[in-house]
Amino acid sequence: MTIAEEKRVDHGSDDHGHNEPRGIYQWLTSTDHKVIGKSYMYTSLVFLLIAGSMAMLIRIQLTGPNNHFISQQAYNELFTIHGSIMLYLFAGPFAFGGFANFILPLQIGAPDMAFPRLNALSYWLYLTGGTTMLLGFFTAGGAAAFGWVAYAPLSSYTNAPGVGPDLWIIAIALTGFSGIFTAVNLITTAFYLRAPGMTMFRLPIFTWNMIVTGMLILIAFPILTAAMIMLYADRHLGTHFFTVAGGGSPVMWQNLFWFFGHPEVYILALPYFGIVSEIIPVFSRKPVFGYKGLVFATLSIAALSTGVWAHHMFTTGTVLLPFFSALSLLIAVPTGIKVFTWLGTMWGGNIAFDTPMLWVIGFIVTFVMGGITGVMLASPPIDFAVHDTYFVVAHFHQVLAGTAVFAGFAGFYYWYPKLTGRMLRERLGKAQFWLAFIGFGLTFIPQYLIGLRGMPRRVPVYLVSDHVTFLNRVSTFGAAITFLSFVVWLVNLYVSWKKPVKASGNPWDGHTLEWATTSPPAHHNFTSIPPIRSQRPVWDANHPEYADYLESHDPKGSKSSERTKKQ
Amino acid sequence: MKVEFRIYLGIGLFVLVITTIYLFWAREYGGATMLFGTAGLGIMPALYMGWWRKRMDPRPEDSKDATIAESQGTIGTFPGHTIWPFVLGMGVFFSALSLAFGAWTLVIGGALLIFAATSVVLESRRGGLV
Ligand code: HEM
Ligand SMILES: [Cu+2]
Repeated sequence: MTIAEEKRVDHGSDDHGHNEPRGIYQWLTSTDHKVIGKSYMYTSLVFLLIAGSMAMLIRIQLTGPNNHFISQQAYNELFTIHGSIMLYLFAGPFAFGGFANFILPLQIGAPDMAFPRLNALSYWLYLTGGTTMLLGFFTAGGAAAFGWVAYAPLSSYTNAPGVGPDLWIIAIALTGFSGIFTAVNLITTAFYLRAPGMTMFRLPIFTWNMIVTGMLILIAFPILTAAMIMLYADRHLGTHFFTVAGGGSPVMWQNLFWFFGHPEVYILALPYFGIVSEIIPVFSRKPVFGYKGLVFATLSIAALSTGVWAHHMFTTGTVLLPFFSALSLLIAVPTGIKVFTWLGTMWGGNIAFDTPMLWVIGFIVTFVMGGITGVMLASPPIDFAVHDTYFVVAHFHQVLAGTAVFAGFAGFYYWYPKLTGRMLRERLGKAQFWLAFIGFGLTFIPQYLIGLRGMPRRVPVYLVSDHVTFLNRVSTFGAAITFLSFVVWLVNLYVSWKKPVKASGNPWDGHTLEWATTSPPAHHNFTSIPPIRSQRPVWDANHPEYADYLESHDPKGSKSSERTKKQ
Repeated sequence: MKVEFRIYLGIGLFVLVITTIYLFWAREYGGATMLFGTAGLGIMPALYMGWWRKRMDPRPEDSKDATIAESQGTIGTFPGHTIWPFVLGMGVFFSALSLAFGAWTLVIGGALLIFAATSVVLESRRGGLV
């Protein structure tokens, strides 16, 4: 190893970078945040494909009444690992391990993360944690089958014997530590490695959201890890935290889990809110509308999300309904503020409907639908009627698909040129978007109706007399279209790799510092940094006549100034 | 450092308020304990940053009109490529697997852990290829 003293350079001296290894050895040994960020991203996308294939099996089972395509046990394992991968191994790591790792140091003008070796360790804990979860399928008793929430007493040794559940517990603990380390790393980087002039209130919204997500992770993950240790102790060491017989309480598990679980849903959502908050201004050619409002909305979401956990437990009859209902409704307010600032940024802008922007619009539509049904669920009278039905399934898939898939791909198309130095094809990207948009709509909107007709979640077989056959067929058909959209994405990756179209340093006329360096950036990132005088240093440097720090200017820039030519 | 300090303090105090309301309204002690711990997670770093804020030189990244040239000096030291985080990760992996598969993986895991931990420390000391 070499230890390099990094100086803030504004000339092109960068000798220590040239002996960095390549290929597999680079993957194993690099401490460069860009390499680790990409490893995170591609690993999590592989997990997305694995969990997506499991979802297809689930949907095939549900195509018709009285279907016996897979066994009850296999069905339980599939929805458990599908949910666990999507939430713990895809949605979180994709944005917080992947995008944040790659983009955040660039956005603040830093040469790397604050703790590069810890960063590498985080990645290895994530990869081994994910592997551990999948190992469950190869054990005699099969993988864990108690749902991603592992409710007691379903997760006790009596009800879930075997090694599979233990592997699941270990997997969550390993990825939990990985998340905690990344959170510490990102917060420290953002607090201590900013370039001169990059004050906190000039940070890009993406960076802000990652700071707040990191704080939420530090609040939530230790509780999850503690709960996992207690569960393991109950299973093997004879303790009775969650067993009634021994004087424990199963509801205690729910309290612990959801104290983690609700912040977790915002841990999953906030990074993606950050991504769209970067893309909308660039493609509307305006600064973000209501910058401070967005920052405070993010902070208040974080603060409020610590006090809403029991809205997942209304029907247990053990929680203070008015308290949790009120706070849950309150948290919808900052979420709404965010949606309005996004629309306000687009309003009157000179909008370009390139692929990243299309995905953003798909995000807004899908997320708003899911958000509204979330507010409905936060009112106990409604929740008592539809708790544990497909209505809830539709709610969380719309918010999660909106964020992790639509906003996730928005970010992927937006930053792919920076990651690789190559462009993705616009036409294939648009085709992928429309397939995904139609596919997800057809899959999940019918599930609201299925839920209202009373079909419970996590049940593999329904009857003709339940009157949900047609709706389930539509849903499965939608899932097939969604699957197709991923095939188009793989084709796009392949084409861009085989027939590369070179990307310039700043193909979208971007605003923030990551666009001030080459694509892909050199080792330790910058050869020069433009002066930072506003939230949009790169815009200011490229459009000095419309710079944000000037007294009066047309924020849109001149309509005649050509957008950079792109593929 | 002012903004960083205030963010943590703000979240800590807010959760403290929620904790009080919850404690006296719900009278449920599991949740109240978790909320109280969360408040501490905000207030502790806030105290740390608040303490340092008074004792450190003003930083160019907190100044609105600092120029890039102002921090031409060293930013920090950054390690180059190294195999030890990977070995450490494998050590943790095998040690953790022993919870499911029994003690034999702990032998492999423990050995890797000790080996990697000493190597990574030595590497920092010498600052060269180890
Ligand atoms: C607008 C604010 C939101 C409110 C008021 C809200 C409310 C709720 C409520 C009350 C439930 C429980 C329903 C039940 O089990 O009967 C629920 C479930 C869920 N929500 Fe939300 N939600 C909101 C936003 C989100 C977001 C942004 C995400 C993730 C990105 C999310 C993910 C989930 C998940 C995963 C579940 C199901 C958990 C399970 O039981 O497996 N929600 N939501
Ligand atoms: Cu919730």
